[in-house]
Amino acid sequence: MPDSDKAKLDADFAELYRAHLKDVYSYAYYRVGNHHDAEDLTEQTFLQAYRHFERAQAESDGRPMRPWLIRIAHNLAANLYRDRSRKPQTPIEDSETLSAMHTTEDLVEGRDELARILEGVKELPDDRREALIMRFALGMDNREIARAMGRTDGATKVLLHRAIKQLEEIVGRAGQIGGR
Amino acid sequence: MSSDTSSFGEFEHLVKRALTPVDPPADLTLRLESTLTELTELAHDELESWELSAMRDPRNWVRPVAAAAIGTTAGAALVVLRVRQQHRKRAAKSSGPIDLAERTLHAVADETRRILDR
Repeated sequence: MPDSDKAKLDADFAELYRAHLKDVYSYAYYRVGNHHDAEDLTEQTFLQAYRHFERAQAESDGRPMRPWLIRIAHNLAANLYRDRSRKPQTPIEDSETLSAMHTTEDLVEGRDELARILEGVKELPDDRREALIMRFALGMDNREIARAMGRTDGATKVLLHRAIKQLEEIVGRAGQIGGR
Repeated sequence: MSSDTSSFGEFEHLVKRALTPVDPPADLTLRLESTLTELTELAHDELESWELSAMRDPRNWVRPVAAAAIGTTAGAALVVLRVRQQHRKRAAKSSGPIDLAERTLHAVADETRRILDR
């Protein structure tokens, strides 16, 4: 590859990295449930992305690269679980972590409710949980989520709808139990 | 999706607040940026060192060719990471910059071979 092409490719990758580091880390954190694994997953995602960036960029045909990046993280996370044969560790309910992630105003207004939602997210089936993370933590639209998950736009819309309904039910039940 | 009840929209708002984006730790950012910078620069730098010292001898040409190849193939990331991990050990053993460049290229060639042999 000529030097100028390589320089352009590296510059494009640097831009992708800067634009989506927080997205990848947020996805990884909510997916695996702890900072240690989230760091590993983020690092591996970008190394893997770098290795395949040239081809992916050529195939993207100008479309956003974020779904591709999140798909790499998704596959690596799946491998992580398969390798370790265990469920996610879950310090996201931990009070210290919750404090670090939310503003004082949030915590004063609805700490219990936010904690119940985070707890409920963990109870969802994997695909529903992932769709919610992509939608709400990363702000991805239906089309992006569909690309990241390898589904159609319609199937993704249904998946998100069901995920939110199920989460609302879980949180509602937890609230009733907690309120007794 | 949110047309059935107004509370559904409110609930979505709560979910958004609960799933706040998480900032990566500063040390991860530094580590990752350093690794990615090395990925883009290391093969080129080490190749340059080797060329300055050894390109006059045709018996040495095969190694720069291998180094140039790994700079553009899918295995580059793995090779560079592994070579970089062992950099301090090589630096301690080497007698000078040229010796270090030679040791590094040996390591690059070995790692490349290992990856290609998989």
